[in-house]
Amino acid sequence: MKTNDVILKTTSHVVFFIIFLFSIHVFLAGHFAPGGGFVGGLLTSSAIVLLLLVYDIKTVQKLLPINYTIMTASGLVLALGTASIGMFMGKPFFKHYFDHFYLPLIGDTELHTAMLFDTGVYLVVVGVTLTIIQSIGGDD
Amino acid sequence: MKETILLISLTLFALTIMVAFFRVLRGPSMPDRVVGLDMIGVNLLSMIAIISIVLKTKAFLEVILILGILSFIGTIAFSKYLERGTIVERKSDH
Repeated sequence: MKTNDVILKTTSHVVFFIIFLFSIHVFLAGHFAPGGGFVGGLLTSSAIVLLLLVYDIKTVQKLLPINYTIMTASGLVLALGTASIGMFMGKPFFKHYFDHFYLPLIGDTELHTAMLFDTGVYLVVVGVTLTIIQSIGGDD
Repeated sequence: MKETILLISLTLFALTIMVAFFRVLRGPSMPDRVVGLDMIGVNLLSMIAIISIVLKTKAFLEVILILGILSFIGTIAFSKYLERGTIVERKSDH
């Protein structure tokens, strides 16, 4: 039987980008407001889960050719590397550096090394969630 | 005056959630339970919005968006499970 899901597919084409952009907003809003790498990663994986619900695993793998295991490993390496910057400077593990920089179009911006650690957390969360969902959701 | 109206509406939303939860527990069929869960999600969003008006804060607005997204995806997953029997397909036939 051929399923008729035109409404679901048309809606998901718009809603996927809304969820993805909101996840980037939540990811960048962290540290001073609620948000951060964990919630951003969960929202990104829920956007990809929406695609998995509407289409199937083969199509999504063709749309986003990402190996999620490698994504998890690179996130761990990034988080661990950022955390051990302080050890090479003679400071404690997880030492946090920040400074003010002038960026074009944005102006005076405060840049933290916690942001790099959060990027690692984001990659780990997206990778682990989608590895779990792909391995338990796709057995026939 | 405004506070009273907000508190009355909070109470009514709580009553609505209780009625929908009864439908989730005692639904004769699975679609009744799915619609009940979706209704609980929507009413929870409204309660959070009214609570953020009462407390005069903007901190809960992102909670509303995230809860809306999760409720949307959950309803889609439940309905797909009811209609086709699977949630994530390995390879679809169309």
